Amino acid sequence: MPDTYDVAVVGAGPAGLAAAVESAAAGLGVVLIDAAGQPGGQYWRHYDENHARPDDRRGHHGWSTFTRLRERLDALTATGRIRYLPGHQVWLVTRDENGAFTLQLTPTTSTRVDGAEEAGLSRAETARALILCPGGYDRQLPIPGWDLPGVMAAGGAQALLKGHRTLAGRRAVVAGTGPFLLPVATGLARAGASLAAVVEANGTLGWLRDPVGAMSVPGKGVEALQYAALMARHRIPYRRGTVIREILGEGRVEAVRIARVDRVDGRLAGPEEEIAADLVALGWGFTPSLELPLMLGAETRRDVDGSLVVVVDDLQRSSVDGVYVAGEATGVGGAALAVAEGRLSAVALGVALRRTPESSRRAVVAVIGRLSREIRRGRRFAAAMHRAYPVPVAWTRWLSDSTLVCRCEEVSYGDLVRAHRDLGAEDPRTLKMLARPGMGWCQGRVCGFATAEISACLSRRETTAEDLRPLSTRSLAVPVTLGELAALADDLPGN
Amino acid sequence: MTYQMTFRGAAVPAEPGQSIGAALVAAGILDWRTTRKGGRPRGMFCGIGVCFDCLITVDGVPGLRACLVPAVDGMTLGDVGDTGGMEDGDAGHV
Repeated sequence: MPDTYDVAVVGAGPAGLAAAVESAAAGLGVVLIDAAGQPGGQYWRHYDENHARPDDRRGHHGWSTFTRLRERLDALTATGRIRYLPGHQVWLVTRDENGAFTLQLTPTTSTRVDGAEEAGLSRAETARALILCPGGYDRQLPIPGWDLPGVMAAGGAQALLKGHRTLAGRRAVVAGTGPFLLPVATGLARAGASLAAVVEANGTLGWLRDPVGAMSVPGKGVEALQYAALMARHRIPYRRGTVIREILGEGRVEAVRIARVDRVDGRLAGPEEEIAADLVALGWGFTPSLELPLMLGAETRRDVDGSLVVVVDDLQRSSVDGVYVAGEATGVGGAALAVAEGRLSAVALGVALRRTPESSRRAVVAVIGRLSREIRRGRRFAAAMHRAYPVPVAWTRWLSDSTLVCRCEEVSYGDLVRAHRDLGAEDPRTLKMLARPGMGWCQGRVCGFATAEISACLSRRETTAEDLRPLSTRSLAVPVTLGELAALADDLPGN
Repeated sequence: MTYQMTFRGAAVPAEPGQSIGAALVAAGILDWRTTRKGGRPRGMFCGIGVCFDCLITVDGVPGLRACLVPAVDGMTLGDVGDTGGMEDGDAGHV
């Protein structure tokens, strides 16, 4: 039986790094588990440090925050206060009768042939509490031609640049909605790509319509101006109120057809125009990764941006006793908010486990107050951004019968319409059973949001959290080998 | 030093620290498997291990995510079938 840690922190992005170092500082025994080989998450993704170059940090925001957290992580790992397990994914979490959590881990990448050997590499860790910081990934809407090679998630094109010094194309179109399109476009341009257009479904300055939200985090206004300046310097055409109607090409991307959309509901409104491109980067906000919170039964809700997120209280506690959640999983809001949430969850857990000495209680209360105010401001700003860059209401009208919705199982919009109309699939769960969207390798991570929205739209009602849950819930958080499952069965009582 | 890998018999260079998916994209190779049903080409999409589009066979081991596997000198990529090892009944589907 392995040692039981006070807390297992899952994820070493902005929230997880902050949670881990703050937990250790509060005197807790910490195990930090991360899928990547080095810390930083998606936001601070950087080239393999064993082969680093000074310019690898170019274009990174809040890099000094990262290096400070990183130094603390290194120091706390060296003194044994944090056990850091990079390159591991949690695929199952269970809880015993005493309330301790057992996390089953598998290596993120393994090039071993033998499943049994793989099982040897996997391991389990136990902890009294969890701080889950799983982050998120680009949210996608299906577009005709979006499965052509050369079409990538916006974050994927950026990850190739930041993590692998690889430019995914020479002539790029970045499309979808939201402020994240700007760093992706300017990053590609700085690396030498020609940017044919940024195609933004909404208006640029929409967020100024909500001055309370926009003013909550003044630094963000500066950041927006910096990106605007970079867009101008690289002469990147910014097409507002415009969407990609279709992605064209034989065997790979050759062009996109764009069209103006109605400002109110996003219905196609304008003439179409063709733009040549060999890289199309798509993003419609972000989808939080909720496998682990849902596996544990945490309560969820539909956030302002339409994503399913974990409900947390003012100390980052989920509805499940002992399970704290921080970062994008509680609502997409960016790195600075994630760091504050990670810190708060750790400080709150330290208090809950009675590790805070009497003498520093007053200081801890002050810290909690300060972090809580920062988080409230961050959430107000995030909500303002979500309202300014919504997924257009009428987006499902852009789909044609043959548009692929589920890339894994190759389920088209027409397949979904027929399952609804001919077989009576009134909800996403039934739709999933009858037409198989979200049943392939990615288990609905990519098409889940779109399928939930399509299902609700076909039944002529608003999308609800209940529509999103069946497409976000997975029996295993990541695919594992049969060998690993078998090894787990061997450990069960009675075997 | 630049690594050398082999993809369907052709040489693909990689920088130490690059993923095999990045090395393939850098070499102008955008797809390395086809889908079971439609025979559609697939390569990198999410780039961060979420979508499983980029599955590839590495040194005979099928079903690995090209975006996550670091390049190693001498690797042989993607020449055991074209499905990237994607079959029904994998443990991930239970």
